[in-house]
Amino acid sequence: MAAEAVAGKRSVGHRLAGLFQGRPRLQVGTLLAGPVGWLVVGYLGSLAVLLVTAFWSVDALSGEVIQGFGLENFEALFEEPVYRDIVGRTVGVAALVTLTDAILAFPIAFYMAKVASRRGTAILVVAILLPLWSSYLVKVLAWRTMLSNDGIVNWALEPFGLHGPGYGIVAVWLVMSYLWLPYMILPIYAGLERIPNSLISASEDLGAHPLTTFRRVILPLSFPAVVAGSIFTFSLTLGDYITPRLVSNDQFIGNVIFNNITNNQPFAAALAIVPIVVMIAYLLVARKLGAFEHV
Amino acid sequence: MRLSKRATWLLRTGVGLGLAFIYVPLIVVGIYAFNASGTTQKWPPSGLTFEWFPKAIENEAARDAFLTSIKAGLAATAIAIVLGTLAALAVARHRFFGRETISFLVVLPIALPGIVTGVAISNTFTQVLGVSLGLFAVVVGHATFCIVVVYNNVVARLRRTSASFEEASADLGAHTWQTFRFVTLPTMRTALGAGALLAFALSFDEIIVTTFTIGAGAETLPIWIFRNLFRPTQLPIVNVVALLVVLLSIIPVYLAHRLSREEGGAAAGKGGRATEAEATAVP
Amino acid sequence: MRRRDAHSARTAWLVVAGLVAFMLVLAGCGSSDDDNGGSGGEELQQLGKGEGEVDLISWAGYVEPEWTKPFEQKTGCKVNNKVGGTSDEMVQLMRTGEYDGVSASGNASARLVDGGDVDPVNVDLVPNYETIFSDLKDQPYNTFDGKPYGIPHGRGANLLMWNSDEVKPAPDSWDVMLDPKVAAKYKGKISAYDDPIYIADAAVYLMTHEPDLGIENPYALNDEQFEAAVDLLKEQRANVGEYWSEAAKQISAFANGDATVGTTWQYQYFALQEEGDPVAASPASQGFLPKEGATGWSDTWMISSTAKHPNCMYMWMDWIVEPKVNAEVAEFFGEAPAQSLSCDQTADKNFCEKYHADNPAFWERVYYWETPVADCGNGNDDCKDYNEWVQAWTTIKG
Repeated sequence: MAAEAVAGKRSVGHRLAGLFQGRPRLQVGTLLAGPVGWLVVGYLGSLAVLLVTAFWSVDALSGEVIQGFGLENFEALFEEPVYRDIVGRTVGVAALVTLTDAILAFPIAFYMAKVASRRGTAILVVAILLPLWSSYLVKVLAWRTMLSNDGIVNWALEPFGLHGPGYGIVAVWLVMSYLWLPYMILPIYAGLERIPNSLISASEDLGAHPLTTFRRVILPLSFPAVVAGSIFTFSLTLGDYITPRLVSNDQFIGNVIFNNITNNQPFAAALAIVPIVVMIAYLLVARKLGAFEHV
Repeated sequence: MRLSKRATWLLRTGVGLGLAFIYVPLIVVGIYAFNASGTTQKWPPSGLTFEWFPKAIENEAARDAFLTSIKAGLAATAIAIVLGTLAALAVARHRFFGRETISFLVVLPIALPGIVTGVAISNTFTQVLGVSLGLFAVVVGHATFCIVVVYNNVVARLRRTSASFEEASADLGAHTWQTFRFVTLPTMRTALGAGALLAFALSFDEIIVTTFTIGAGAETLPIWIFRNLFRPTQLPIVNVVALLVVLLSIIPVYLAHRLSREEGGAAAGKGGRATEAEATAVP
Repeated sequence: MRRRDAHSARTAWLVVAGLVAFMLVLAGCGSSDDDNGGSGGEELQQLGKGEGEVDLISWAGYVEPEWTKPFEQKTGCKVNNKVGGTSDEMVQLMRTGEYDGVSASGNASARLVDGGDVDPVNVDLVPNYETIFSDLKDQPYNTFDGKPYGIPHGRGANLLMWNSDEVKPAPDSWDVMLDPKVAAKYKGKISAYDDPIYIADAAVYLMTHEPDLGIENPYALNDEQFEAAVDLLKEQRANVGEYWSEAAKQISAFANGDATVGTTWQYQYFALQEEGDPVAASPASQGFLPKEGATGWSDTWMISSTAKHPNCMYMWMDWIVEPKVNAEVAEFFGEAPAQSLSCDQTADKNFCEKYHADNPAFWERVYYWETPVADCGNGNDDCKDYNEWVQAWTTIKG
């Protein structure tokens, strides 16, 4: 009887929903309209507009942008060796930070996923997430203070006759590895968690030494998760300009873009194409390596 | 996994060192919140004092910035929830051309350098649309890179739950909206919650995109911090604010964790613990 | 089934491409509407009621509660201030059109005028302007096309500062930073200003030490002179510990022992002295100038052409050169006041003398920041313009 009552009153909601019934393409279209509109028209469109300016140039005094197709910015980028140095430095540090974080994160993630008790894991997850809530700027400032000449790092190393790295590229690597570590720990943890314990037990039952199990079962299965985490560490390092500015004199891609965005936006846009291309390439490789799959 | 005693011990030490690495700088921040000197941060600090705490709490600009950050975060998270869920539903429950590209597209805003995203959005607002910058532009910017976080979580949950429940619901006479409300939504609720919390955290601490989109009037907390980081005479206030935010954030982080541990019965997968982690994984 | 999908997929991509193209067209239209160009702005004719607030961009230490609070009480205009670290930053912020005014140095003012971002100032609406020092009026950095574009704030020279415990004997020349042999003694402890305009400092040094180059104006450099200055700075790079653009960054560097000698503003010098750090600056006997002279700045408050609160801005400009206020301002920062009547109002009765406020001869050895342009000013047109300075600066830092 209730069903009849429901069927009797066909409200607007009912009728609308009826439109979607059995029409999967309409469903997909409606679902995607919002996100795709936002991301493609809004975001990609904005990017395209910015990148078009890379072909323009600028009047030195007024800063007015002169439209029209020209390749001067790209010529400048290719001819002057300093830009190659800067790109190389940025990509190099990004790769190093990614590697460092992968190595640092794995033991912690493994412990959380496979060894710790349920309560231990819970505490560790909270402990890893908490620093994400403390301000990025304040953390970098803390490191700047710690690495200074009279700072805590030198003070701690003094009894051993050692000296801290001070400011410079080593400091940038250190601070960035610190900042992005949680972004690497969590995906690896998720990936390791998904590996059924039965697989590991089977490997052990077949007589494998724990290291062999690690090398031939755990590592391959968790590799996509490592790649997924690396997307964050790599991209966040690639684009950062605040940390290099605060703990070093070295120029990263982001610094040069930032310095030029006022007077010479077309030039900054031309330079911006480099990290965009690098990241897209990285994402494509990551996709091939399975980072975008969930088992 | 069976590990030898020595291996377990080594592992535990490694974890301990890792946690120490993560927390030592935060402890340093905490110590400098009591720094007696207003201008410099020397080690060891010249003296300790409580004076900065009331100054920080009374600081109007800091309070305004805090509220602005909350407002921006809530708005951006709301938009991200809607757009992320829509996209996740499409990807997890339907097949269509370009399905793999959606995952790629969604991660792009967070993968590209913040300065590029910030300048692009700022350009579009001021030059293409002729709209002035401000909180709205900030929300647009934040929502754009927060979508991926919600999307990841929801897609992961939807993939782990079978579509058969929704089909059964449809067979029983429920139309699309009813199925969504009574079957799909409950199963992904905790995933949504965890994703939303991480999205909020991302938006709350974001500085680079915000710098380019906020314009003159308003300030989010990171902008306020940046402005005061380089204003000597009040440096410890910044540390106090950072410390207070971390302490305050214990609540939502704990909440997120509890949320992800609740599982909706048979629809659950292997274990809810991984949910927040999945938010940072790529779909 | 697949062909139908492909067809709809193709339509989808076409629609998307069309939308992106639409965005680009919009962008093209939007940008060309942005042409303000040249000095064609209107100056305010009459002062009306205050709008309730004013948005300023300024150097660190220029807008402080000591004088903003009384201003707010008197005029009801709430002061919102954004501190810029470099002129580039300030120009960028002004170009957003979201601010009412800026304390512009000479390497920003010309760009702002030419870009149409600022309007001329009607000095009749600023009563305190009359008694400004005469050698600050009608200057090339604040007067364009015969019209005044701002109200002078104060002026100063960039200082040579050192840690008096670590650097002995007390230097009186920029050698200690720019002569590779001398600077090598302080390798890794030198603090230089992180801005392309610093190239002028090298040029000033070369004026004395390599007179054959014939540099007359450190901001108008031809190829040969420019290259010499850039090479000098590339050599300096090896000894630089830190390039600073935020004053507080340099303060912390000196306080923590990361820097022992550097180029600075009075603001940092006094802040460090107050903290009790052992710093000293270029010989006081010489008026804080090393023997080669120095670059410096003479700052001007300019009003935005898109100011939302013009009345409050005019009130601010008048307030900042009110004798008592300008005296406070000058003493706080450590610069020479712009207002001649301030010399009777300073707490230190010898302040104006110490800072050479009324001594035009002194300022002849100080080369105020200017915007480098191709026109050398002596008939030649082959000087390096600002874009080239910016590019060169990137190569210097490496």
